[in-house]
Amino acid sequence: MSTFWSIWITVITFIVIIGCAVLLYWCAKDKMGVEEGESMGHSFDGIEELNTGLPKWWVGLFIFTIVGSLIYVLMFPSFGGFGNGLLNWTSADQDIASKQDSIERAETSSSQYQREMNKADELYGEVFKSLTHDAQGQYLPVEEVANNTEAVKVGQRLFLQNCAQCHGSDARGAKGFPNLTDNDWLYGGTGDIIKTTLMEGRKGNMPIRGLLSEEQLDKEGLTNLTSYVLSLSGRKVNAIEAQKGKELFGTCMGCHGADGKGMQALGAPNLTDNIWLYGGSRKDVEATLLHGRNGVMPAWKDILGEDKVHIIAAFVYSLSNEKE
Amino acid sequence: MKHEKVEKNIGLMAILIVIAISFGGLAEITPLIFQKETTQPIEGLRPYSALELEGRDIYIREGCSVCHSQMIRPFRSETERYGHYSVAGEHVWEHPFLWGSKRTGPDLARVGQRYSDDWHRAHLIDPRSVVPESNMPGFPWLEKNQLDGQLTAKKMEVFNMLTKGSWHLDEQGNEIPLYSAQDIAAASDAVKGKTEMDALIAYLQSLGHALK
Repeated sequence: MSTFWSIWITVITFIVIIGCAVLLYWCAKDKMGVEEGESMGHSFDGIEELNTGLPKWWVGLFIFTIVGSLIYVLMFPSFGGFGNGLLNWTSADQDIASKQDSIERAETSSSQYQREMNKADELYGEVFKSLTHDAQGQYLPVEEVANNTEAVKVGQRLFLQNCAQCHGSDARGAKGFPNLTDNDWLYGGTGDIIKTTLMEGRKGNMPIRGLLSEEQLDKEGLTNLTSYVLSLSGRKVNAIEAQKGKELFGTCMGCHGADGKGMQALGAPNLTDNIWLYGGSRKDVEATLLHGRNGVMPAWKDILGEDKVHIIAAFVYSLSNEKE
Repeated sequence: MKHEKVEKNIGLMAILIVIAISFGGLAEITPLIFQKETTQPIEGLRPYSALELEGRDIYIREGCSVCHSQMIRPFRSETERYGHYSVAGEHVWEHPFLWGSKRTGPDLARVGQRYSDDWHRAHLIDPRSVVPESNMPGFPWLEKNQLDGQLTAKKMEVFNMLTKGSWHLDEQGNEIPLYSAQDIAAASDAVKGKTEMDALIAYLQSLGHALK
C-alpha cells in the first residue's frame, strides 16, 4: 500500500477516535446556559424538564470504547501499510499473485489462516501419513494399505465426501459413472493404476461414430454394428446383422482390440463382458456409437493431496479385492 | 457551536450524521479501490470465452447466486472442502460480481473441473439423479433452449468497457483489452448451435481456474 493511502487511513482512524472524545467533551461541557438540575423552562401539565447531565454509566462506556479502540489500533493492523500492529496479526495473505506465490508464502506466513492450517496438519496430517507410509517414510503399496482396516475406514469417509457424488455412496456408480465394486477396470485395477487415475484424472474418448464416416454408419450400418457389439457379450442378436457389423468393427479394433476385449492403456472398455458404462440396451449402445462418449474423471492431486488420494485408492482397491 | 443548533436544525444534523458515518468507508473502502491487489488480475486469470460468458448470464438469470456463493473464506473448514480461499485479484473482471451471500448449496468459486461435464448435465437436469439428498431444483429447460448468439459480441464489448484499467498483459507485457477484435467478431459463431446447458456447464467448469 502506498504511503499516501497509509497516511490517509492513519489520519482518518485518529480523527474518528479523537472526534469521539471531543464530542463527549463538548456534550458534557455545553450546558445550554442552564445549571445542572435547574429547569429548562418547559413545563407541561406540571411535568418539568430539568437539565440533567449524561448518565455516568453511559459516559463510562463511551470512555471505555475510546480507550478500547486506542488499544485495538496498537495491537492490530490499523494504519494501512504501516505495519500489522504489535501482535503482527493478519487474517490471510490476500495479496498473493499466483498459485506458486501462495505455496511459497504459506511456508513462512504467520497469518491466522496459515497457523490454523499448520496446526491441523500437525494433528491430522500425521494420521494420514502414518496410515500410508512405512517406517522409512516411503509410501506403502496401495494393496497393503487396503489390508489396514482403519485406513480403509478413513478412505471410505473421504470417498463419501469427495467421490460419492458421481460413483454413488455404495460405489456402484451410475450410467456414465463407473461401478467400482465389480473388479472391471477401464484403466487397470492395480493399486498403482487406481492411484494414478485418482491423482491425474482420466479423459475417456470414444470418438463420434467411432471414427466411421456418416455413410458407413448410416441407419443400417448402425444397426449392424450395434448387433455385432452386443454379440461380443454373448447377447442374442440377428446373426446376419452381426456378420455385417463385424466388417465395420475394423476401425474400432484400434482401441478395443481385434477381439473387442479393450485396452486398459487407452482406457478402452472391454466389450465382451456385458458390463456397460453407458447402458447396454440397443438404444444406449446406438447412442454411444453415434455421438461418442467423453467420460471425465477429475484430477484430485491438488484438491486432496497425495496422502489422502493414497488412502482413497486403498479403499477403492479394497472394494474389488478380498482382504489378504 | 452550541449543540442546541444541531438539535433544532434537522438538515444540519443529517449532514453531520452523513459525515460521521462516512469515515468508516473512507478508511476501509476507498483505499482498496486504488490498490494493485484489488484492481489487477492474478497470474493465470483468463477472460471468459464466448460460451462461458453466455453461461454466466444464464447463471445470473436462473438466480444461482441466490443459493450458491462464490467466495471461499480463509478458514480451514472452507478451504478443505472448496479449495484455496478467494482473493480479490480473481474477481477484477467480474461485473457484477457473483459472490452471493447465502449458501443453501455449496460454494462454487472453484467448482470448475471438479466434476465431469456429463455429471453437470445429469445434475442440472435432475439433481437427485446423482445426489439423492440434494434439495436443488432441476433446470431441464436449459437443455432445450438454443443460444442465438445475437448479443454475445455486444456483451464482450461491454466487458471491455467495464474492465478498462484492469486489463491483462500480452506476451510483450502491454496491457490489452479482455477481448480482441477477433474475439468479438468470432463471438456469435462460437456459441452457435450450443444450448444454454452447454453454456452454463462451460461457465461452471471455468470457475476458479486461476488458483487451483
